[in-house]
Amino acid sequence: MTHRSVEVPVVARVEGEGALHVRIDDGEITRLELEIYEPPRFFESFLRGRHFSEVSDIVPRICGICPVAYQMSAIHGMERLFEVEVPEGTYELRRLLYCAEWIESHMLHVHLLAAPDFLGFDSAIEMAQKGFKPQVERGLRLKRIGNDLMATIGGREIHPVSPMVGGFSRAATKNELRAFEGRLEDALAEILDVADFVAPLEMPEFPRDAELVSMVNTSDYPMNAGDMASTRGRTWTAETYEQVTEEIHVAHSNALHSVFSDTQTPYFVGPLARYNLNEATLTPVAREAAARAGLTSLPNLDPFLSMAARVAETALAFEEALRLIRAYEPPDPPHVEVTPRAGSATWTTEAPRGTLYHRYDVDDDGSIVEAKIVPPTSQNLRHMEHDLREFLPGALDRSEEELTHVAEMIVRNYDPCISCATHFLRLDIERA
Amino acid sequence: MSAQAPAKPRVAVFKMASCDGCQLQLLDAEEALLELAGAIDIVNFAEATSYVEPGPYDVTLVEGSVSTPEQIEQVKAIRAESAFLITIGACATSGGIQALRNGTDLATHVRNVYPTPEYVEALASSQPIAEIVPVDLELTGCPVDRGQLLAALAWLLQGSVPRPPTTPVCIECKKRGYVCVVVAKGEPCLGPVTRTGCGAICPGMGRGCYGCFGPSQPPNTEALAKKFVELGMKPTRVADTFRFITGYAPAFREAAERLERLEREEATT
Repeated sequence: MTHRSVEVPVVARVEGEGALHVRIDDGEITRLELEIYEPPRFFESFLRGRHFSEVSDIVPRICGICPVAYQMSAIHGMERLFEVEVPEGTYELRRLLYCAEWIESHMLHVHLLAAPDFLGFDSAIEMAQKGFKPQVERGLRLKRIGNDLMATIGGREIHPVSPMVGGFSRAATKNELRAFEGRLEDALAEILDVADFVAPLEMPEFPRDAELVSMVNTSDYPMNAGDMASTRGRTWTAETYEQVTEEIHVAHSNALHSVFSDTQTPYFVGPLARYNLNEATLTPVAREAAARAGLTSLPNLDPFLSMAARVAETALAFEEALRLIRAYEPPDPPHVEVTPRAGSATWTTEAPRGTLYHRYDVDDDGSIVEAKIVPPTSQNLRHMEHDLREFLPGALDRSEEELTHVAEMIVRNYDPCISCATHFLRLDIERA
Repeated sequence: MSAQAPAKPRVAVFKMASCDGCQLQLLDAEEALLELAGAIDIVNFAEATSYVEPGPYDVTLVEGSVSTPEQIEQVKAIRAESAFLITIGACATSGGIQALRNGTDLATHVRNVYPTPEYVEALASSQPIAEIVPVDLELTGCPVDRGQLLAALAWLLQGSVPRPPTTPVCIECKKRGYVCVVVAKGEPCLGPVTRTGCGAICPGMGRGCYGCFGPSQPPNTEALAKKFVELGMKPTRVADTFRFITGYAPAFREAAERLERLEREEATT
């Protein structure tokens, strides 16, 4: 048997450290492992014994790109357990903060992490230096709106400090938020230009079947609240999350893999899943951005359409932010006193990369007894491997370089955050 | 950097155990990032680019703490290839939040998180980079302050070495006219013992500082701990306040240990 191997030391432009090992014998994949060597940090363990009020400062440190998601899943869950009635306007300010995180994270992925793939560049910096400066600058300008909103509401864009169980330590003023109106109005026009920029990018076609999972909510596109649903008709809630899904530990990964408990099959969370399950609650500009970016009639299962879904969701986040800011009344007082009680706090929110589940078992003093955190990327890891197994056999006529590149692109579709799930992907394809 | 340094310094960015937040500060520099990219050659920065050149590097930024045996070797290799090594953020400079495991039983933590503990390899302690190799400049913060980071690179481009301030957050609050959260609200705040750099974000947001930038010089943690106890906090909770984002920094570690010792002594008498 002739033996060939491809080694790429680093698959870049993802958040976190991992490696991909593929072995192909006679046209068949005999080994495929997404190795997560991002070192474990043991958050769920060192949370034990900490006071509930510290959790919203601890868990954002799991991820510098989606700290708000971690704060929100934890805060909402504990407020439900403690039966806290938060001041009016708190939900709206939290949704606005979440919109800001989606804008920042999605525009980072579309422009800095994904777009260089489709234009043949190594980075957005190279894109900007070689003919695409206006597009990169536009992307960074849109991203900046998300960052600035986060800093206004949260004190800083990475690891905001104001969100707490019971509300906010300080509520942004009307004037601080009103100052964003003009930029958001301009952004609604510019995001359609981003959709037109994304649409003609040449992408591989990969219309594979998959079970997509997202929160669903009848009143608005899900961020902070909703129940769970899949494209194959499953429904469940945060309370039953650990029965419906389970995490499996595989030898090659410091991140756990999620599957459905009953069928032991993988599933897929994130912008494309949310879009497919929540098309009905898309806002008008988001709907137009989706159509212009290439999302057609449902279902849209091709994972390469994730980029279009991120653009549509960014449009939605801009629209929602504008609506929320125009109607904004600061919560007064900004937060209420909280009295802990023993029990189990569970909640899900929609992080930029997909559903984020948290559970905290709390004692009477409000100390954490046990914590469970299921990030979107660990739910997607099994499905990334699944996609690679399906796609690669049909692509074996490609050169080593092309094959390696497309494998990286399949992983990047998920915008994996390996810091969350437990960074670089090292790709190593062996062929015999 | 020496006068012989090339016109465009070769810069690399590496990550150990961390959340990506500090290197994200570079990507969040946005327009400044493109400007910076014109003044330096980014030759290794995996989060931003697939383009990689081997060392040596003129300036290397390292985010994250050393928490596996391989990372000890990796950090030594990075040091050997770097003329000027800057560690960025709480993880790289004091072990990070994950240093909460230091001094406790690693096997318990592994069992608490992983169904198959034997698959997991980690050091008993999460260590700052300077515990493994000499470091030329430490920029603290969780995350590192973008202004401080860009200023440090700008200073280096000019051939000087920046010296970030070590004065406490309190000074910043006074400058900005913020109401003191300890005095006005009776809430614990690490501002008197934490070095400035963030711009007193937490007091500005109506809450106590929780120590992201590490200990100021010199930090009177004993007096502050006493004040917290007077405010009605249990000594173990006060110890937790020090044992937090930068809890493995020596001054905060000693403060927490002293409080726990007192608690034990009181329990036995």
